[in-house]
Amino acid sequence: MALTAEESSRLIGLLRDHAERITQRWTEAVAAHLRGRLSQAELLRHVQDLHRSMINLGDQGLVDLDDQRAGELRAELSELSRGWARQGFSATETAVSVFALKDVLLDVMEIDSGASALRDWVSYSRLVDQMGLFTFESYVRTRESLIADQAEQLLELSTPVVKLWEGVVAVPLVGTLDSARAQVVMERLLQTLVDTGSPYAIIDITGVPAVDTQVAQHILKTVVAARLMGADCIISGIRPQIAQTIVALGIEFGDIATKASLADALRHVLRLTGVETGRRARRES
Amino acid sequence: MDRVPILKIGDILLVSIQLDMSDQTAVQLQEDLAERIVATGTHGVLIDITALDIVDSFVGRMLSTIASISKVLDAETVVVGMRPAVAITLVELGLSLNGIRTALNVERGMELIAARVDRDWLVDDTGPDGETTASR
Repeated sequence: MALTAEESSRLIGLLRDHAERITQRWTEAVAAHLRGRLSQAELLRHVQDLHRSMINLGDQGLVDLDDQRAGELRAELSELSRGWARQGFSATETAVSVFALKDVLLDVMEIDSGASALRDWVSYSRLVDQMGLFTFESYVRTRESLIADQAEQLLELSTPVVKLWEGVVAVPLVGTLDSARAQVVMERLLQTLVDTGSPYAIIDITGVPAVDTQVAQHILKTVVAARLMGADCIISGIRPQIAQTIVALGIEFGDIATKASLADALRHVLRLTGVETGRRARRES
Repeated sequence: MDRVPILKIGDILLVSIQLDMSDQTAVQLQEDLAERIVATGTHGVLIDITALDIVDSFVGRMLSTIASISKVLDAETVVVGMRPAVAITLVELGLSLNGIRTALNVERGMELIAARVDRDWLVDDTGPDGETTASR
């Protein structure tokens, strides 16, 4: 899909002869699309960079985006789309900023249109399309990496293991519990049990919006694993609605202690360990 | 042939498994342990598996067998120091080590056995000797 040598040289000639006008028009076209969300000066800088690297590429012979000599142009394009993806511009806005070159070229070519002007323009369009697609691809790649980063951060953020009492740790689960998160929660909890030597763990599911069989399975696995290591788990924070769901789904928690609130769970554990809680002491006196 | 050492600490026998178990070492360990339990009259056996990276069905069955043997000889078995990764693997495999008590570390395991011995003493000595038990 590359341009022929003559087409390339004509294109570069065009770009060079009308440099001022092309960059000017290009900037205007892009600015019209972005509606002033990027300063004119910054746009002009981007456009000039692209313009310059296209000319540089043309000086080396053929203009072809797939050629390894086109590294500078590709880098320029991907830097542009990366930057815009991070600044929150849409994919269309990013791609259109490259496609705008077509109109500009047409505009410039009309002035000194020759016999083969139309054919040339079609070829140039193909090159611009290629550049646009490349921009689009880098844009998507940047977005994907952003999403992956955020998912990872979310995973890190949302699974703290806190120490409630001497020998008692708690995991307040917040958000939907999928397999990946359940795995992280399990590993964290078990590691904390070993590190702190706590024989009791409370899994608080107040922040879990819905409990289905899969979520229950994950929780049960965690409890069984903790038991294998010699620690006891209590599940707390079961809301009325969730209790109904659990029964409706026929999920069996077996002999695992379940409590309505974290406070109840803590009191239960303290009683097991023989620590007197204030409320109990008052009632007895 | 490799032998697993059996250490006596107070009233407890401590078995620390540091090497990959083969059929032979497992059988040897069972024999040695049974002999030591009878010889010492202990009521608690601690099996430390901190050093084990992998616990498969073979090791799981060996632990169960040891627990059963000890039970017959009136000694409680507590498996201590299981690693998180090992526990997760066991759960994923669906092995639950039935009939084996577990503790996080040797210290907790000793507390567990001490509590059991205390309790049994209280149960055994209800009757005319009840007062001496209370004074212990």
